[in-house]
Amino acid sequence: MEKEQDKLLREVTSGEYKYGFYTDIEMDTIPPGLSEEVIRKISLLKGEPGFMLDFRLKAFRHWQKMKMPGWAHLKIPEIDFNSIIYYAAPRKKKSPSNLDEVDPELLETFNKLGIPLDEQKRLTGVAVDAVMDSVSVKTTFRETLAELGIIFCSFSDAVREHPDLVKKYMGSVVPYTDNFFAALNSAVFSDGSFCYIPKGVRCPMELSTYFRINASNTGQFERTLIVAEEDSYVSYLEGCTAPMRDENQLHAAIVEIVAMKGAEVKYSTVQNWYPGDKLGRGGIYNFVTKRGICRGERAKISWTQVETGSAITWKYPSCILQGDYSVGEFYSVAVTNNFQQADTGTKMIHIGKNTKSTVVSKGISAGKSNNSYRGLVKVLKNAQNARNFSQCDSLLLGDRCGAHTFPHLEVDNQSAIVEHEATTSRIGEDQIFYCNQRGISTEDAIGLIVNGYVREVINKLPMEFAVEAQKLLQISLEGSVG
Amino acid sequence: MLSIQNLHVSIEGKPILKGISLEVKPGEIHAIMGPNGSGKSTLATVLAGRDLFEVTEGKITYMGKDLTEMAPEDRAREGIFLGFQYPVEIPGVSIVNFMKTAVNEQRKYRGKEPLSASDFLKFMREKKDLVEFDSQLTNRSVNEGFSGGEKKKNEIFQMAMLNPRLSILDETDSGLDIDALRIVARGVNKLRSKDNATIVITHYQRLLDYIIPDYVHVLYDGKIVRSSGKELAMELEEKGYDWIRQEYAGNGR
Repeated sequence: MEKEQDKLLREVTSGEYKYGFYTDIEMDTIPPGLSEEVIRKISLLKGEPGFMLDFRLKAFRHWQKMKMPGWAHLKIPEIDFNSIIYYAAPRKKKSPSNLDEVDPELLETFNKLGIPLDEQKRLTGVAVDAVMDSVSVKTTFRETLAELGIIFCSFSDAVREHPDLVKKYMGSVVPYTDNFFAALNSAVFSDGSFCYIPKGVRCPMELSTYFRINASNTGQFERTLIVAEEDSYVSYLEGCTAPMRDENQLHAAIVEIVAMKGAEVKYSTVQNWYPGDKLGRGGIYNFVTKRGICRGERAKISWTQVETGSAITWKYPSCILQGDYSVGEFYSVAVTNNFQQADTGTKMIHIGKNTKSTVVSKGISAGKSNNSYRGLVKVLKNAQNARNFSQCDSLLLGDRCGAHTFPHLEVDNQSAIVEHEATTSRIGEDQIFYCNQRGISTEDAIGLIVNGYVREVINKLPMEFAVEAQKLLQISLEGSVG
Repeated sequence: MLSIQNLHVSIEGKPILKGISLEVKPGEIHAIMGPNGSGKSTLATVLAGRDLFEVTEGKITYMGKDLTEMAPEDRAREGIFLGFQYPVEIPGVSIVNFMKTAVNEQRKYRGKEPLSASDFLKFMREKKDLVEFDSQLTNRSVNEGFSGGEKKKNEIFQMAMLNPRLSILDETDSGLDIDALRIVARGVNKLRSKDNATIVITHYQRLLDYIIPDYVHVLYDGKIVRSSGKELAMELEEKGYDWIRQEYAGNGR
């Protein structure tokens, strides 16, 4: 007999993806296919200096020798890399220096996504770099930030205007040889965000990048590079959405963070790529390499992610704790529903002495989805007194989904203290009945319980986005079935 | 207010309640006593609407409405409150948040506007004081890491917040020391009015020293075998339940 809770879960109406619309605008595209010629064309279109083309070509040649990774707990259909469009840009006359020069259609698109690019209308305290398909459309508050010496611009602008910084740091945390998707990204990436916080500066606003895939048949390959100089601070947020389509689209990004002595970087993600429909058709393949390095003493990098979208998620935001007393944190909520698959987690590499890392991962699986935590805690020989605490919780909604935990520990120093806690739970019928008895419907009860379960992570998000993330969770789990 | 007629209830085909009839009027306190396994908690849970149980025969009418067809959340919004024998933990959900949701759901059902945050907090403070609920606890997750006594006090606090017409307290005295028992009983007595009614389910007579019932019913093997005034509780305390077993075991079924 079907359990009442499962039946109720099933009956709850299906949550619609709110951002599934498509904007019809003129695009410049390079025809599908991947070759040296295409890469040269991308580089040429972007007017890049020679070192960039060299970097791309090296990466491409390396990629050609690599194979798709097969170790994740994911079923990934074969991807034909020659059928993907690697460059698609909304057509524009020239780089917009002010808002009047940005295509009104584009402004409207971002308005609809709740990301107005008009600085007057922005949430105060948030600067945005808006990326559509292959290019950055507009970066807000650039000038305001520049007064403090902060550089916040599209990656393309950074390559043109700050080539030395790009050359110095690009690939220093995630080399193009790192993995299959990192190599691919390094070869074909088209844009992204760049952020540089000078010594001793506390960035006064949240910086954010909003990624939008719009064009069909296109892959999005962006790179983000954040450099925080000594004793600086920045909080960074990314969000992402895409239209609803029956075919799958590839998103393969790289994020690199460099934190110098005493610097702190907080990086938050609210990932809401189109997850595919209830039958598992369509959705984004999200293969992302994110890594930060604490180069100096007392540096701190903190990743917070709320992953609700994408058909397949493959990402492991990591920290290399090189500086003594440096700190790495990873707070994650990953929700999978219907046929979504997620294999996500983190790597904490302890190199310096007295380094500390914290991992809190909350997986929620519903429908027929599969949700895996995969983590590595590595303590190197000289990492005296390293400390790690990991907590991996899984919550199952219904009985046709899966939750898996793959923790790896490699400890080469006797003084290290490494703790790992894991729990798996279902939303209990007892809990739901208790809520019912207080006048709370089953649907609301599930929302309440799930939000309680993820609270520890949501609390780490910047205030404005925490509310957004909570709503998103609710929507993602509507119609979540056993 | 509540009228139970010839109620038969089964779980997975196994009969638990075998023909219970009970009338509860506003202002009354009824105590239901009986040995373990007699069906006391089943009765409480069925009244609250848990679907684990199947009503095979009989009728439950509450405020003129047929209760058996009503969803548990609607029963709650209609003013039925169950104080749980084992209150459930909800990690990460603060009591404030939980109660705010519950109170506002009830208000919505009754066509009232939700309470503003400040009004709610004021209301909550009043009720906390009324039932002597530790003010620190409301910021904690619902029942998580609470002692037995704190959990039961939390039930009474929620009862005060929701101001039910009919409260069913299922073994509220179990696991309480004498001080906690007094506080819980005091809360129940303060919440008593001529318009609401309470069903107190208990194994021991102890609680009934503090909450004085108008009627005492003895439940045994799914049936009410004796009903009387409060003196019946004393009798049970003196003699235990064995005499009931002896008296009814033979002729029942």
